[in-house]
Amino acid sequence: MNLFQEAALVAGKDLRIEARSRVTAQQILPFGLVVLLLFAFALDPHRGDLTNVAPGLFWVTVLFGTLLAVGRAFSIEAENGARDGLRLSGLDSSALFLGKAAAVAVELAALEALLTVGVVILFNVGLNGVAPLVLATVAATVGLAATGTLYGVLAAGLRVRETLLPVLLLPVVAPVLLGATKAWEASISGVSGDAWPWVTLLGIFAVLFTGIGMLAFGPLLEES
Amino acid sequence: MPPVVRLRSAVCLLGRFPALAGVDLDVAEGEVVLLSGGNGAGKTTLLRLLAGLVPLRSGSAWVLGHDLAEDPKSHRRLLSLVGHETGCYDDLTVAENVRFAARAAGADAPPEQEVLQQFGLTPLCDVVHARLSAGQRRRLAFAIAMVRTPQLLLLDEPHAGLDAEGRAALDAVLAGSPSAGRSVVLVSHELERSRPLSSREVVLTAGQAHGTLPDPERAETKDSRPTLARGATPSGSRA
Repeated sequence: MNLFQEAALVAGKDLRIEARSRVTAQQILPFGLVVLLLFAFALDPHRGDLTNVAPGLFWVTVLFGTLLAVGRAFSIEAENGARDGLRLSGLDSSALFLGKAAAVAVELAALEALLTVGVVILFNVGLNGVAPLVLATVAATVGLAATGTLYGVLAAGLRVRETLLPVLLLPVVAPVLLGATKAWEASISGVSGDAWPWVTLLGIFAVLFTGIGMLAFGPLLEES
Repeated sequence: MPPVVRLRSAVCLLGRFPALAGVDLDVAEGEVVLLSGGNGAGKTTLLRLLAGLVPLRSGSAWVLGHDLAEDPKSHRRLLSLVGHETGCYDDLTVAENVRFAARAAGADAPPEQEVLQQFGLTPLCDVVHARLSAGQRRRLAFAIAMVRTPQLLLLDEPHAGLDAEGRAALDAVLAGSPSAGRSVVLVSHELERSRPLSSREVVLTAGQAHGTLPDPERAETKDSRPTLARGATPSGSRA
């Protein structure tokens, strides 16, 4: 098997586990919707602001979802000594990283699709400038999944991983929050030209952290 | 032919504690070596060292032609370790867990059905790991170990938790290992059961391989097998 076949094997395994355990469908997705609803309730007195702040609320919610998805991705490896099984599997560590990141990205994509419907309905947002909006979303999702997987394995072997992961991850993904929010704001307001620099930033971030993850995941897994 | 395992003065630390304090051990191709010793003697750590899961602090360790001091990962595809945990995923079925392990090990046409049948798991193919009993999980761990067609099999208390049928299946694997050219390092406290299945026995005490079993005790279980200790080579020489 080549690198991508091995990555597909790992991603398929993780997604099959998620499909069967339904953690994403029954916990992460409803959590995202609840957060959106809470934002809507909290800002209701200023209903005119909702449309303006919708992109930021959307991506903050996605960040919360990322924490849950990444935590889940590594908690399944903590059961029954599965992490040692993964280390002994013979799979290339870069493939392990790509596979786990791809599975997280798919889960985030499902969350984002649901949240998009949510912000359109709850916050009365009109989606203009579809091309930069979609590209920004794809790049941000890849960046979040790659960064989350990298920091997820860093925290995986620690007893305090649930509380440590947000502290480590959220500051690092601040550029994604900023870039994706700005790109969405520009797209929604119909000024697509302003979105492209942010899409580029998100693309660079995604490529950078995917590369770092492919290099660093193996040593971090050995230390976890 | 070089030995499958060659340890010389191998030292491993768990924290600051020397779990292995200078172990010498050779294991030849097709040999079944029984590691015995009390709790905390370093038996499990020795298995994990051979699997490349704990780092070698000093000394030398060669496994399947790979120097673990330089590269503790490349030989992993060639071995299987069955420890206290199964290494399986709770939400995957028996067949899915076996298939994932086989594909990960690079088997193009893994003998999944054959291995599942060997360990009496065929009726449980579609049952998720979380619903298996402890003994069934143990059998699944052995099935996964065997589907990887390992050259070196590392077993930690393999008979624990198995019923008579499972023990018989495991014994058949061990008995067939020499003819299959598969080396086995087996840790066990069930010496009466494990000694007849092993080529020789190495006793670990306080992180060191030493001591020879009394001949009469060994002769009760196996007359013709050689008796070696201190991690010596089959010929009795020691580096």
